[in-house]
Amino acid sequence: MSSRSVSGRTVVVTGLGATTPLGGDVPSTWAGLLAGRSGVHLLTQEWAQPLPVRIAAEVAVEPETVLERVEARRMDRNTQLATVAALEAWADAGLEVKDERVDPDRFGVSIATGIGGLHTLLNTWDVQKEKGHRRVSPFAIPMLMANASAGSVGLRLGARAGVHTPVAACASSNESIAQGLDMIRLGRADIALVGGTEGVVHPLPLATFAQMQALSKRNDEPERASRPWDVDRDGFVLGEGAVMLVLETLEHARARGAHIYATLAGAGYSNDAHDMVQPDPRGVGQSAALTHALADAGLTARDVVHVNAHATSTPQGDVTEALSIRKALGEATDQVVVTGTKSMTGHLLGGAGALESLATLLALQHRTVPATINVDTIEPDLGIDVATTVRELPAGDLAAINNSFGFGGANVSVLFTNEHADAPRPTQAGDQA
Amino acid sequence: MATTEEIRAKLAEIVNQVAGVSADDVQLDKSFTDDLDVDSLSMVEIIVAVEDEFDVEVPDEEAKNLRTVGDAVAYIERARA
Repeated sequence: MSSRSVSGRTVVVTGLGATTPLGGDVPSTWAGLLAGRSGVHLLTQEWAQPLPVRIAAEVAVEPETVLERVEARRMDRNTQLATVAALEAWADAGLEVKDERVDPDRFGVSIATGIGGLHTLLNTWDVQKEKGHRRVSPFAIPMLMANASAGSVGLRLGARAGVHTPVAACASSNESIAQGLDMIRLGRADIALVGGTEGVVHPLPLATFAQMQALSKRNDEPERASRPWDVDRDGFVLGEGAVMLVLETLEHARARGAHIYATLAGAGYSNDAHDMVQPDPRGVGQSAALTHALADAGLTARDVVHVNAHATSTPQGDVTEALSIRKALGEATDQVVVTGTKSMTGHLLGGAGALESLATLLALQHRTVPATINVDTIEPDLGIDVATTVRELPAGDLAAINNSFGFGGANVSVLFTNEHADAPRPTQAGDQA
Repeated sequence: MATTEEIRAKLAEIVNQVAGVSADDVQLDKSFTDDLDVDSLSMVEIIVAVEDEFDVEVPDEEAKNLRTVGDAVAYIERARA
């Protein structure tokens, strides 16, 4: 297997950072995924009690306990989470803040969010209504704006090649990964920090997603609520967190002796143009994203051994995605291990693509696919091989795809391979599993 | 009636809370921007906190004249007199 880039520039992943419902960093998150642990729990806050949905996957480690007090109070929760993950990813890549080995003019950032600074927006409005305009925070706009996280992280790390915020609902952070790939391939940057963040566990999204009938109402069994492809699935579970990846050219990575986790070999976009919130049940749009990702990487379906599915645990979505995977990969689907890690993490919305890309590339790195938990009775006739236990991947060069689909119709698939990857670091993710 | 030192100490607490500057550094001769590295948006927060704490009004046109900690303390003393 040999992927090829249209521009001749190979892009590799050299740094990982995460703060998720399973842990405050990458090793604890990966260990949680391998252990099949659910990050979903009952919300005990008073505001949650009247709601029809009282479960969510909140982050395991509060970002305010990690960041300094003054910096934290100038960030929406969204940006607090993004900052924690970005700093871990940058350090994991072996880099220091404003590292002299990184040319700021060749360093870009793309950090996605689906909703943005919701807490700041609503809290500021409450202050204005109750106490008047003189009492609103002058920091409110730079905290709540969609590109607050990208701007804040870009400022802190000194990125001058371009700092971007793709917004595509639940496909947002796969767009940011794809944008980082493009940025480097087009020669606009040699290194990029990409990923996504979301911190909107708040009564408004819980009430409105519930009103759409999109959320699981399994309040009596929170850990069992997110159950992709199980016949009794009844919706997704709202999660929060942030995940970041450091991307760079193979040459840039090798020149500084960086550890290489994986190659980001391709990305594919499509749009359903079918409905604002429902996927096209024929799977035309979704399968096109996979097909385009394969073509972009110069690979075929036979190279793919693993798909981390969008798999949100909704009745329609999970079935449509299974159809779309088979539509795109054909008979080769039989040798593809598919998993749905949202069964453990809940749905991070704008952070979902980055979290599941992390799971995808670590699955390649460790040749181990996390299980989809809570599948008691699998939906019949899916036509895909769902991993309901932890599964091993074969030796050799492998390709894996992460799917993310969003309201508005967006479909984005990103494709990783283990070409150029170094052996797993003994002190890194996996040894705690 | 609070003394100048009591007002300075209370202001120092506010500056520490808003901008993370050590309260010991908030002395009368210090410039908010040049010495204490307080940015313009933090200055707005400080002014609003001063209005709440000392029950004074600081119109925007007055606020921009408050360059040093001493300027602010003197303004508060005058406004409360």
